[in-house]
Amino acid sequence: MKPRRLWRFGAPMIAAGAALALAVTACGGDSDGGSDSAATSGAGPNAGQSVAIVGYSVPKLAYDDLQAEFLKTDAGKGVKFSETFGASGTVSKSVASGQKADFVTFSLEPDMKRLVPKFVAEDWNADSTKGQITNSVVVIVVRKGNPLKITGWDDLIKPGVKIVTPDPASSGSAKWNILAAYTHTLAEGGTDAQAQDYLTSFFKNVVSKPASGADATTTFTQGTGDVLISYENEAIGAKQKGVDVDYVVPKETFLIENPAAVTVTASAAAKAFLTYAKSDEGQAIFAKHGFRPTDKNATIGTVEGANDPSKPFPTIEKLTTIADLGGWSKVNKEFFDADNGIVTKIENATG
Amino acid sequence: MSTAVEPASTASPARPRAARTATPGGARLGRGSGLGLGVAVLWLSLLVLIPLAAVVTRGFSGGWSGFWDNITDPNALRALRLTVVSSLLVAAINAVMGTLLAWVLVRDSFPGRRLVDLIIDIPFALPTIVAGLVLLAVYGTDSPVGIHLLGTEKAIVLGLLFVTLPFAVRSVQPVLMALDREVEQAAACLGAPPRTIFRRVVLPLLLPAIASGATLAFARAVGEYGSVLLISGGLSRTRVSSMYAFQKIENFDFLAVAVTATVLLAISLLVILGLDLIQRAAARRG
Amino acid sequence: MGSRRSARLVQRAIALLYVGILVLVPIVVVTWKTFSPGPAAFWDAISSQQAVTAFRLTAEIALASVALNTVFGVGLALLITRYRFPGRRLLSALADLPLSVSPIVVGLALVLVYGPVDGWFGKGLHDAGIDIIFSLPGMILATTFVSFPLVLREVVPVLAEEGIEQEQAARVLGASALQRFLRITLPIIRSALLYGIVLSLARSIGEFGAVLVVSGNVSGENQTQTVPLLVGERVQQLEPGSFQLAFLLILVTVLVIVLVFLRRDRSDRAGAVLADPVLADPGLADAEPGHAATVVTASDNVGLDDAAIDRGGLR
Repeated sequence: MKPRRLWRFGAPMIAAGAALALAVTACGGDSDGGSDSAATSGAGPNAGQSVAIVGYSVPKLAYDDLQAEFLKTDAGKGVKFSETFGASGTVSKSVASGQKADFVTFSLEPDMKRLVPKFVAEDWNADSTKGQITNSVVVIVVRKGNPLKITGWDDLIKPGVKIVTPDPASSGSAKWNILAAYTHTLAEGGTDAQAQDYLTSFFKNVVSKPASGADATTTFTQGTGDVLISYENEAIGAKQKGVDVDYVVPKETFLIENPAAVTVTASAAAKAFLTYAKSDEGQAIFAKHGFRPTDKNATIGTVEGANDPSKPFPTIEKLTTIADLGGWSKVNKEFFDADNGIVTKIENATG
Repeated sequence: MSTAVEPASTASPARPRAARTATPGGARLGRGSGLGLGVAVLWLSLLVLIPLAAVVTRGFSGGWSGFWDNITDPNALRALRLTVVSSLLVAAINAVMGTLLAWVLVRDSFPGRRLVDLIIDIPFALPTIVAGLVLLAVYGTDSPVGIHLLGTEKAIVLGLLFVTLPFAVRSVQPVLMALDREVEQAAACLGAPPRTIFRRVVLPLLLPAIASGATLAFARAVGEYGSVLLISGGLSRTRVSSMYAFQKIENFDFLAVAVTATVLLAISLLVILGLDLIQRAAARRG
Repeated sequence: MGSRRSARLVQRAIALLYVGILVLVPIVVVTWKTFSPGPAAFWDAISSQQAVTAFRLTAEIALASVALNTVFGVGLALLITRYRFPGRRLLSALADLPLSVSPIVVGLALVLVYGPVDGWFGKGLHDAGIDIIFSLPGMILATTFVSFPLVLREVVPVLAEEGIEQEQAARVLGASALQRFLRITLPIIRSALLYGIVLSLARSIGEFGAVLVVSGNVSGENQTQTVPLLVGERVQQLEPGSFQLAFLLILVTVLVIVLVFLRRDRSDRAGAVLADPVLADPGLADAEPGHAATVVTASDNVGLDDAAIDRGGLR
């Protein structure tokens, strides 16, 4: 071939070759298949097994830490992890649609119940914590320095306050937030009608409804809105990441309880991981990320990012729980039913 | 009139060549080519046609009433309105700026002209999420140039302009390049000022190319997702139809998605039809 | 003359300003944001296990998608330009459809057909142990879908334009189909083919929305996150490293464009010489600008005088 022809052919060939080289080197450098480099030649009982974690968006960093620590234990040596995190409702329905999962954790119980009995065994909540793995409370996240001087829920319905809260259609976090907003009125001694009025004013101030709890934090961080309603641990996590926010723990708020379980097809490694996550060690890791442990007697060290790192989890004056409202089945129907739910109607009315 | 114009590929920079073509009816299918056609059609069906049919089917799985309910959902309508209005605006801007850019690239010459020609292709080839990140970096809250457009409709339009930049330019460029200057020169000899020459000699010849480029820009803009996702700021007023559809996918509300998708598909088909008509009209006009 | 000159300067200024603000400024800002955390941050961002796996995945998917689209693109182009059969124009139009479909719709469409629980074919496939959605084959399908016509559209105009007489001559002289293809057709379409491949490659590397929907966004061992998806996750999760990955993607894109540009420029110069008045002939149809070639029917042996104009065009 003449030199010019060679060049004309050559340039795109180089491009293709570069791509190929990339693939080959990436292949060669990736012999582990994605598992953490900490797990090497362990001869643990679960070595070689894989655990697919599917979870709601908020605890991702906590689970990253849990995995790293678990891999150092005997039970965890040689285990391979994979993970998907997203809005609680979404990932739950994903598993129901066939996404592979061994360990599942959601923001609230109904997203777990959806998978029973086909994907999760009926006795998933028969243990001492009733299937719950972490707790938190709903807090109000504000811009650094709290420029709008928010002290509690009632400040949120003042005109001009722009609220960011996730979309209850996909996000579990959203439902906790809304219940907290609603029940604070009741906790103050108000009636159901007053609570609904509050919620209506609340939604009028909502400017953004991202798909998941983590998405909402990101949206807020990137500049949308004045306040973000979120989990206490999400607020702490944001501060740990260096985001310029503060958070207010309201006098009346709601107790968030997150379930976790293994699926019916789960490996022994997955079961071991669940045990680890619920153990003192695991709960301490959760606490480091701002989650309130389910065991009331657990020791909590300092938590970076909390309003007071030495006392990171203040007692709430008036804490409402889902049990107070009659459980999730009742609450889902009454509040979030697609046609007649109290919240659905308010959302439709306020656009 | 000799306007041997080259067939521009709108999805890509074009190559100027004479468009003398010759497919004298083509050959009839033999056994080998018949088989090849079968395989090709099968592949096209499995990859494209059947999935798209599934979308339309699911869209009507709730019957006409289900379809209607979902179309008239206020959130869906708002998203559609934003999508169509932004895309039309973008198409119009591209028609003007695309022509100007093509003109400058073809008729003008200055140092760096080829660099500009190259830069124009970048937004099209860029991964959409990267385009989105790029926009967020420049026009978000951390903007180093002090422009804050997060969550505004302006930002959506900006994002769409970014990714549709090459369409009109690449459509018009080859036509301009192959244009016979004789008529323009004759008009100039006869005393016509440059603006008139452009308006009455050149522009009519460019119109089909401009229209087709603008139409393709519109089609791309209507379906665009990744590049406008981040800059939209999560507000419902800046949620375009593709984002609305994705949200419904996250909720596994496939009926709602399918209805939106069917509407978007219908728009795409209209666009293709429109393009076809434009080209036939141009060919007829000769 | 003076006003003409100043008019030209104004036009030039507007054009440059438009392109500069729209494209250059953002690229510069991103480059700055990529490197201001320093080289260590850059290395961390692109060398994590997740990133490396993402590179590999992206490369695999892109190569598979480009290979498929090249084979079927050239095949379809040959069928459309060299043969006639009922539905030829419909086929051509349908083959163009993917370019106008929103990536989210693409994702949904594939899930509806190939999803493991409810998919038209997916259910059966899943029972047989074949997983498409939430897994690599689905991502390849999605990427192939969105870049399907890119090779086809580059090759068709060229094929429609040239080579028929040579191929017919070769056939008469006894060359087999394969020989004809390799020695006559391929050299003719080589430039267009390479350009289409490169475009297809760029598009396949960068696809986001469609892959997001079909992949399940899994990271870790069975990672289904490509590089664009990883960028998306890092942005959403407020994790560092999104700009660095994005920068790499920009680099690859620009490289691809530059390479193509250089080639095209060369062949343009050659082509432009050929394209001129010699061949432009009154009585021949003008091709429509924009999309497809006008198909001019010239009778086989006689020459230009008998040219008839087929308005159909090739779509």
